[in-house]
Amino acid sequence: MTTQIGPGESGPPRPPVPPALTEPPPPRVNYLNVAYGVKSWLLTTDHKRIALLYLAGVTLMFFLGGSFAVLIRLELVTPAGDLVQSETYNKLFTMHGIIMVFFFLIPSIPAVLGNFLIPLMIGARDLAFPRLNLASWYIYMIGAAFTIYTLVSGGVDTGWTFYTPYSTTYSNTHVIAAGLGIFITGFSSILTGLNFIVTIHRMRAPGLTWFRLPLFVWAHYATSLIFVLGTPVIAITLLTVVLERALHLGIYDPRLGGDPVLFQHLFWFYSHPAVYIMILPAMGVISEVVACFSRKRIFGYEVVAMSSLAIAVIGFFVWGHHMFISGQSTYAGLVFSLLSFLVAIPSAIKVFNWTATLYKGSVSYDTPMLYAIGFVGLFTIGGLTGIFLAALGLDVHVTDTYFVVAHFHYIMVGGAIMGYLGGIHFWWPKITGRLYPEMWARVAAVIVFAGFNLTFFPQFILGYLGMPRRYHAYPEEFQVLNVMSSAGASILGLGYLLPMIYLLWSMRYGPRASANPWPAKGLEWQTASPPITENFERQPVVTEEAYAYASEEEARVVERG
Amino acid sequence: MGTELPLFPVQASTMAGRVDALYLFLIAISVFFGLLIATLVVSFAIRFRRRSRDERPRPIHGSTVLEVTWTLIPLGIVMVVFLWGADVFFAMARVPPASMDIYVVGKRWMWKTQHMTGQREINELHVPLGVPVKLTLTSEDVIHSFFVPAFRMKKDVVPGRYVTTWFQATRPGTYHLFCAEYCGTKHSGMIGTVTVMEPGAFQAWLAGGATGTSLAAAGEKLFQDLACITCHRADSEGRGPRLEGVFGHPVSLASGERVMADEAYIRESIVNPAAKVVAGFQPVMPTYQGLVSEESLMQLVAYIQSLGGPATAGPGTALASPAPATASPAATPRPRGQGR
Amino acid sequence: MSSVADTAHAPEADRHHPDLVHHFESLPAQKEAATLGMWVFLVTEVMFFGGLFLAYTMYRNLYFHAFVQSSRHLNLTLGAVNTAVLICSSLTMAMGVHSSALGRRRATVAWLLLTVALGSVFLGIKAVEYKDKFDHHLVPGERFQAEELHLEGDEARQAQIFYALYFAMTGLHATHMVIGVPIILILAWMAHRGRFSPEYHTPVEMTGLYWHFVDIIWIFLFPLLYLIGRHH
Repeated sequence: MTTQIGPGESGPPRPPVPPALTEPPPPRVNYLNVAYGVKSWLLTTDHKRIALLYLAGVTLMFFLGGSFAVLIRLELVTPAGDLVQSETYNKLFTMHGIIMVFFFLIPSIPAVLGNFLIPLMIGARDLAFPRLNLASWYIYMIGAAFTIYTLVSGGVDTGWTFYTPYSTTYSNTHVIAAGLGIFITGFSSILTGLNFIVTIHRMRAPGLTWFRLPLFVWAHYATSLIFVLGTPVIAITLLTVVLERALHLGIYDPRLGGDPVLFQHLFWFYSHPAVYIMILPAMGVISEVVACFSRKRIFGYEVVAMSSLAIAVIGFFVWGHHMFISGQSTYAGLVFSLLSFLVAIPSAIKVFNWTATLYKGSVSYDTPMLYAIGFVGLFTIGGLTGIFLAALGLDVHVTDTYFVVAHFHYIMVGGAIMGYLGGIHFWWPKITGRLYPEMWARVAAVIVFAGFNLTFFPQFILGYLGMPRRYHAYPEEFQVLNVMSSAGASILGLGYLLPMIYLLWSMRYGPRASANPWPAKGLEWQTASPPITENFERQPVVTEEAYAYASEEEARVVERG
Repeated sequence: MGTELPLFPVQASTMAGRVDALYLFLIAISVFFGLLIATLVVSFAIRFRRRSRDERPRPIHGSTVLEVTWTLIPLGIVMVVFLWGADVFFAMARVPPASMDIYVVGKRWMWKTQHMTGQREINELHVPLGVPVKLTLTSEDVIHSFFVPAFRMKKDVVPGRYVTTWFQATRPGTYHLFCAEYCGTKHSGMIGTVTVMEPGAFQAWLAGGATGTSLAAAGEKLFQDLACITCHRADSEGRGPRLEGVFGHPVSLASGERVMADEAYIRESIVNPAAKVVAGFQPVMPTYQGLVSEESLMQLVAYIQSLGGPATAGPGTALASPAPATASPAATPRPRGQGR
Repeated sequence: MSSVADTAHAPEADRHHPDLVHHFESLPAQKEAATLGMWVFLVTEVMFFGGLFLAYTMYRNLYFHAFVQSSRHLNLTLGAVNTAVLICSSLTMAMGVHSSALGRRRATVAWLLLTVALGSVFLGIKAVEYKDKFDHHLVPGERFQAEELHLEGDEARQAQIFYALYFAMTGLHATHMVIGVPIILILAWMAHRGRFSPEYHTPVEMTGLYWHFVDIIWIFLFPLLYLIGRHH
């Protein structure tokens, strides 16, 4: 990318800027120090500040949801239900699921990294609707407040899936408050998606055609399609649950002629595409990181971009694979199974393309790249186990067991969260103007990877052996694997705590970062770290393809193999 | 127990081996592709590691040949898996003829099983070896799921309707029964055992237990106590259709449709009679919803089944021509009363 | 897809227009973004109502007779009047947009206020209908009774599903109107203060889009709820 600096300058592109400075640049006005005070944050319309507001929110919710996971794994060390009562355990896994899905995984990358980076990556001064952006954060926080209220007033125990008629008729817990909390937060997603779609369509810098966009932007565009089309359906579904519970309507109650399985169709119509909301942005991060730390354009750029769209579209038609044994017809099962296999293909294509990017690249092992490589491995395993679940005859045995739990944690934790952490580290210098301590970061990445595998791999075996999900107590023969899993969880927890500590530390004591410490391609790296409020001194004009790490002429190629 | 760390549950049904074979195939594929990717990534990351700070590799944009290859090969593989999985699934969905019938009611937090001969069990199910067993299940309250890992069998149990599944046990022993759909406080306590016995031992068990009346006999008593007999007379003079010989045959409805009179149809006709009115009759039957428990419904269904109709042509076989009644090898005692 | 370059060269006057926000290059660019945003929002609304339409389709198919009887009890006259009222309000809204585009301040205010009036009439009639249902024990819940519909047993229960859907769908629709009416009032106030011009009347247009959408939802609701089996 060439930034037009001003009337005087011209000539060849600048050479790469060396990383980590010994001399900090003199402090300047940037989006962080342009104004101080609580009001300047709570009434901001700057997408970068809003991203940080979201960062605070999702981090808080992550540790809250994570603490429930700790308790769950502690309970499961022994076969008997002896740490907490059944009612409590049921609330723990429910709240863990609700908080992690709706308040961490869905917003994290889009609302933090997407908000911060999309205007920068496309050369714009802000998103299309900055006040809607701020509103979306307040809506998120209000939804989170409802959820915390649910928690402190006794919790909810329906599972994050709210299956009827248990949730509408039988549960004695705060279903309405929990449902309303998610309902409200859904609007935060919708507004974010709407903002991204309009921004990407209408606010790209001159010369920035669609096929010059970074893959991070493509990924968020595809994600935003799902935000906009899917989220309203979960909203209306939860609303009907709330109404049925409050007014005894009967839409889902068989004693009144209702159909409990109708709920499952409506619920999964959103909640399956929701998992693509959780993974597509992470894939976008991986594309950026792999390109930067191979110093090469992503292999098959156009194919990777189109794969994001394919996943988003096909993903809307596979929801029935959560219901193969729920009472839908065999033929419906066939259709959903077939489509579920098809949706796996674009993801596989991406994995192959990332791998091929490394070939004849110039690979370095900075922390973001460690997370990216870890992602490729863990997402591959998670994705392959999705194939197991898509196979009808096999799904009958493994559905509703720990096999499914392992599968989705591989994708969401081994995939999405590693992508999130990789992205946080990659763009940390841009966001904060500081460098994090590389050694500690690499150690944490390795701990996360090891802890994660020890936690979740045994669960595949547990599931095939027959241990069902959501079990407070279990038969003794499952104990060894459960102990392994819990041991891994403690390591994983440590791996998550470390970044909290050193990232916070770096905000005050980390060395100051230059505009482009890695260095990387992309418009966001052509402006200061941290950027000014308006993002760019002057409107960038784009004249190059994405990831133009080296043209043929200027490459100092070292021939390999 | 001990130092053994099993990876698979015991194979105790005809389907278990088929499911495990598919599983092993998928593990092989996963190991292959997992190792392939891991090896490539690690070896590329090492072989092409950055040697100098300003190193810039030559750009490589892509390769259509590679893209097509690594699209078509995975596509081919997943299509094979799809067909294989569908084949296994169809086998699971097709209830074999001449199966032994068991009725199961799930309720928070126990499983109640009923044999046609009248034995009732709670959280237990005794079945004979080598005989196809058809389960007709429903729930009294929330959605549960009947899961026997050793049989590789699982089916969600939904309130307000019947679902069916089947298995044929191949190995004597006692196996876990779990509820696999979260149902509230004691979800993880809603467990039990399925005991597979040699045919002789099973007969002994049947005879030795306090049998009480057979399912169909209990149903006959209910049929009289609830005054069904007033309208459903055997002499075709009643206001309701004659029920002899109905079970397992198609029925013509007033709407012009034809439906199969299976267990689900009988149950629906008792709790929601207006849904399907038989051609030539008025919709005057009152509903018994709320007046009859799920277990009683099963007894009524068993009674009507015993009034004639082919052997267990349940929903799994849909509208296929019903097989002629043959006594099953385990020779479960026929319900007294109407013969076949 | 087009690049954004063409909107970067806006007429000089627009570049410093007081209504141009800092992150857009020109007023036309800003307006196009707003329009796209509102259309995307309306798509989300379609999905939002969609869940209820799906449930309706399923249950109408299953319980047709109960639905016919339940629908008969709805007041066809009031429903038809409401439909006409809402269509007229869309007309007045469109006229309001048109007037604002022409810079006619007083006409804009008048048309917007007329839209508010018609919308309020709609809501008033809806309130009358709801009260009627309440009086006849047709509100789903513990006090529901289906005798008036000449239904017994299961069909009485099925009628409750009809009314649950009736209240949910028309209630959600009415909520959208309750949100829309104050917005139009605010627009009328802004128009009165001379806030809009031929160059900048985007809020009026966007609200117009929203209002037309709410109208279209009703045009689907009316036959689906009021006209089941009426030709029998």
